[in-house]
Amino acid sequence: MNSGSKMQASMLQHRDQMTSWYEASARTRVRLLLDPETLHEFVGPQMREISPHLRVFDLPEQFDDGIIVGRGELGGSPVFVAAQEGRFMGGAIGEVHGAKLTGLLRAARDIKSVPVLILFDTGGVRLQEANAGEVAVAEIMRAIIEARTAGTKIIGLIGGRAGCYGGGGLIAGCCSALAVSEQGRIAVSGPEVIETNRGVEEFDSRDRALVWRTMGGKHRRLLGGADVFTEDTVEDFRNTAMQLLRSVADFSLATLINEQARLEQRLERFGSCLDAVDVWSAEAVPQPDTVPGLAPDEFKKLVDKAGRINHDAR
Amino acid sequence: MMLDDILASLFPQGHSVKKEEGVITGSAKLRSGGQALVIGICDRTAVGIDEAIWLSGYVLDSLEKDSGPILVMVDSDSQRMSKRDELLGLNEFLAHLAKCLIYANLHGRPTIGLLYGHTAAGAFLATALATRVLVALPGAEPVVMDLPSMAKVTKLSIEMLKERAKSTPVFAPGLQNLFQLGAVQLTWDERTSLADRLEKLLSDTPDAGDRRDTLGKERHGRLKAADIAERVYDLALQR
Repeated sequence: MNSGSKMQASMLQHRDQMTSWYEASARTRVRLLLDPETLHEFVGPQMREISPHLRVFDLPEQFDDGIIVGRGELGGSPVFVAAQEGRFMGGAIGEVHGAKLTGLLRAARDIKSVPVLILFDTGGVRLQEANAGEVAVAEIMRAIIEARTAGTKIIGLIGGRAGCYGGGGLIAGCCSALAVSEQGRIAVSGPEVIETNRGVEEFDSRDRALVWRTMGGKHRRLLGGADVFTEDTVEDFRNTAMQLLRSVADFSLATLINEQARLEQRLERFGSCLDAVDVWSAEAVPQPDTVPGLAPDEFKKLVDKAGRINHDAR
Repeated sequence: MMLDDILASLFPQGHSVKKEEGVITGSAKLRSGGQALVIGICDRTAVGIDEAIWLSGYVLDSLEKDSGPILVMVDSDSQRMSKRDELLGLNEFLAHLAKCLIYANLHGRPTIGLLYGHTAAGAFLATALATRVLVALPGAEPVVMDLPSMAKVTKLSIEMLKERAKSTPVFAPGLQNLFQLGAVQLTWDERTSLADRLEKLLSDTPDAGDRRDTLGKERHGRLKAADIAERVYDLALQR
């Protein structure tokens, strides 16, 4: 390679790394997150393991059922990776989608030394195969706790279009650590579901600012629901994943006791807050009204100043 | 069957199980000796952050004592759908409760779910589906989402959903369907003594491994899950 093409390759690589995580497909995220050319996919689209249930509803199928699972390298070390495709049925979890992730987590549990990165992008259980999706979420949660008990680290990365909702939110709550971008949302009930069930007075799903400050990445980071706030670039997610893999603590009874204390304390301090801005005020964030408008680097500084540190209580 | 009748039938030797604001806590004497910890949700209560943290704290406190197997009795709504619960991180509270139950199960405290009423969605995941063996009693009505809400979210017509529900176990609400999928392992008949059933289950408890996907395959409810998981597992173990 001459120096000109070298420069071109490095510029291309730089441009790739600045790719928006939010805008990228699951395949692009995985390709750019891992070391180049290291992904080895398991039961990939060429195997055509599609959902057997979507045709019942005359719905389109996808050859990978909306998830990529495989093995690769990150910074030269082996990792397992699973990436949900939010553009296919909102990344929803059905029978095949769920089984691929369960199989990967069970392998990680038995190998013990290879961590798992889960690139969340999901609205939760796929309703057209609701029962299978619900059991799959339960199987995934159990497989994560078994793997963590065996000493495996499971890192969740959240910043996709579909966010991380429903059963996906519970799976995220089982991970060793979470990274979230401003665009990432984490919740159980989505805004429309709350509005449908409890009325627009409870939650106005069309108020996007309300949605973002209640469920979005900044609030989750300030609340302690995520461990790191990232910029919306593949590069920042990659660096963050490597950082979390170095810093995550082991899982034990002490972890659960710490988490109990952490969540009890949260309820005590913020239990009567009516809005995210009230939570931030109670947490002594200076000028809480300005938080939604802060640029990512300004927000990161604020988080550092507020003393939000990684914890071993998840 | 009402909660009090179920408890009386399960524990003829007595129990101290209380229900308070929809949350069940207590312990009970087992006929074979020793005791069981009893927790749960009753009166079709929604599981929000307050209920979840109460139960997880109760389970964690019990892990330090030798309080026996853990029974999780469930008659709940779905997760509590509210701004406050989501604002404060409901996903973490529900996941934490499930983690405590799964952890207990892995560390010598078999967990048995007793689904005796309704349950749905996130509440189902954090309680009944986080146990080792899930038993359904008569009257159990597990659902993921009711059909009208499902129609709203999927934008499919309610008529189509009702028609498909008749023949598609993977999607339609109901105990029989969740049994067929392997989510519910056993169903008990109310005409026999529940204490007999419980003693038999405790003396013959399966190991802590998750067999729900193979059960789902055997019962023709989930034809692909077990095989796909195993194929991924085998491929991941190579090298």
